[in-house]
Amino acid sequence: MNSAWKTVRTIARRELVSYFVSPVAYVFLVIYLLLTGFFTFTAGGFFERGEASLASFFVWHPWLYLVLVPAVGMRLWSEERRSGTLELLLTMPVTTWQAILAKFLASWIFLAIALVLTFPVVITVNILGDPDNGIIAAGYLGSLLLAGAYLAIACMTSAMTRNQVVAFILAVVICLFLILCGFNPVTDLLARWASPAFVDTVAAFSVITHFDGFQKGVIDTRDLFFFLSVIGFALFTTSVIIRNHRAG
Amino acid sequence: MIRIENLVKSFGPRRVVDGLTFNVERGEVLGFLGPNGAGKSTTMRMITGFIPPTGGRVTVGGYDVTESPLEAKRLIGYLPEAAPSYPDMTVHGFLSFAADMRGLSGDAKKKAIARVVELCFLSSVLHQGIDTLSKGYKHRTCLAQALIHDPEVLVLDEPTDGLDPNQKHEVRNLIRELGRRKALVFSTHILEEVDAACTRAIIIDRGRMVANGTPQELRAMSDVAGAVTVAGQGVSRDKLAPLGRVESVDGAYRVFPAGAFAPGELMRAVVDVATREGWRLEALRTEEGQLDEVFRRITLPDTARA
Repeated sequence: MNSAWKTVRTIARRELVSYFVSPVAYVFLVIYLLLTGFFTFTAGGFFERGEASLASFFVWHPWLYLVLVPAVGMRLWSEERRSGTLELLLTMPVTTWQAILAKFLASWIFLAIALVLTFPVVITVNILGDPDNGIIAAGYLGSLLLAGAYLAIACMTSAMTRNQVVAFILAVVICLFLILCGFNPVTDLLARWASPAFVDTVAAFSVITHFDGFQKGVIDTRDLFFFLSVIGFALFTTSVIIRNHRAG
Repeated sequence: MIRIENLVKSFGPRRVVDGLTFNVERGEVLGFLGPNGAGKSTTMRMITGFIPPTGGRVTVGGYDVTESPLEAKRLIGYLPEAAPSYPDMTVHGFLSFAADMRGLSGDAKKKAIARVVELCFLSSVLHQGIDTLSKGYKHRTCLAQALIHDPEVLVLDEPTDGLDPNQKHEVRNLIRELGRRKALVFSTHILEEVDAACTRAIIIDRGRMVANGTPQELRAMSDVAGAVTVAGQGVSRDKLAPLGRVESVDGAYRVFPAGAFAPGELMRAVVDVATREGWRLEALRTEEGQLDEVFRRITLPDTARA
């Protein structure tokens, strides 16, 4: 067990370091921080709201991550397949699961670092007013889980192809679906002809529905369970894809 | 150390490996020969546990590769075809990663890295990024990774591919050296390497084994094996004819023994004739047989043999 965890740590560390040796990591961080700033203060009307909260910050995350998270996850497996290092990695004493978990965790940690770097916005709102920092903490937790769910999907699409662009587009499409099935304009449209139960079922698959609670400061176990099961399902599918690919 | 029983691999309807059975013991260097697409790499991928077999069994050091993959993989060092490595790492970083993956740490890790760096002549590029290296260095970096845990079983897929003649020579020496203490399999389609490094060779064609033996045994399968070639002033075809079929080759005559001659007997007979006739000989040798001829003969499709 101990050595299994050590293997996971070794692969995760290699993966994380590989983000930072290329300029991609820094480009990503700069773009991410610029965009969160823009959306929060300009598009989100942070000052006009007249309330000490980060609602205008978190509300954009499902959309922001839609493009940024697949960009982080797209190379995880497709790059290994393209360059042939997959063969090297999987013939070392490592199980497919350890490799999947390690790669996922490394990218998730990278996204967590990006999220932590948004701390000035927390400081700002605390200087300007007296926000409920519990709600902010719940928002951050939700945002991290949301990023994890998108990332697991990107991990899955990355295992499908040796082409990173294809992996990126597939991940964006699937994540977009997960947003839209709970997005108000879409659910309103559905409600015109479908039964309310059907609309609720579809909306239950949406990250928006489940992310909502966190933004309001409510950590509901059902929401936690939703994000964790999306991650679990996508990573399981990744393992099936990799196994099938090897079996030919 | 490596036992392969009736190994089969199909990709869809195509049988790439079709019932291979062989063993490799410690102290053996097995050359794995065959034309492109014969199933060499596929077989090696099954030995190392990268792809599961469709049928049959592979055991390494007593561990079934399908049932106890981790234990089997620990014993194996593997150089995949095309020698992949992570281009964004330095040579040292890459070897350090490989050492960590093999459970080496502290002093043992430092020593292991130093050892493979010396074995594979990597010290001059140790802190260079792998993406800046020439093909030969990249190749040796991946080879170093396979040797880092001093494995008991080595599987090398075309270890000399893409190297210059000096590097090829070094790698062959290394293979021969390592083979004394390990079970070593390497694939190649360069036939001189069989002589230079192998204790035994297997030739496969379309997934089936078509020959298995020492390099001498394989050469003996050649048509010319055992024939005596003689050249010189006065040599005449007619005097040689009683000994067997005679062919003229580049101004010399080659005598193929008629019936069963014991080794060396035909040579004595030719020398007797030459002495009696007073030929002034310039060349006289027994043909050992040529591997490339054997290889071509047994790996060509039936239609091309006619």
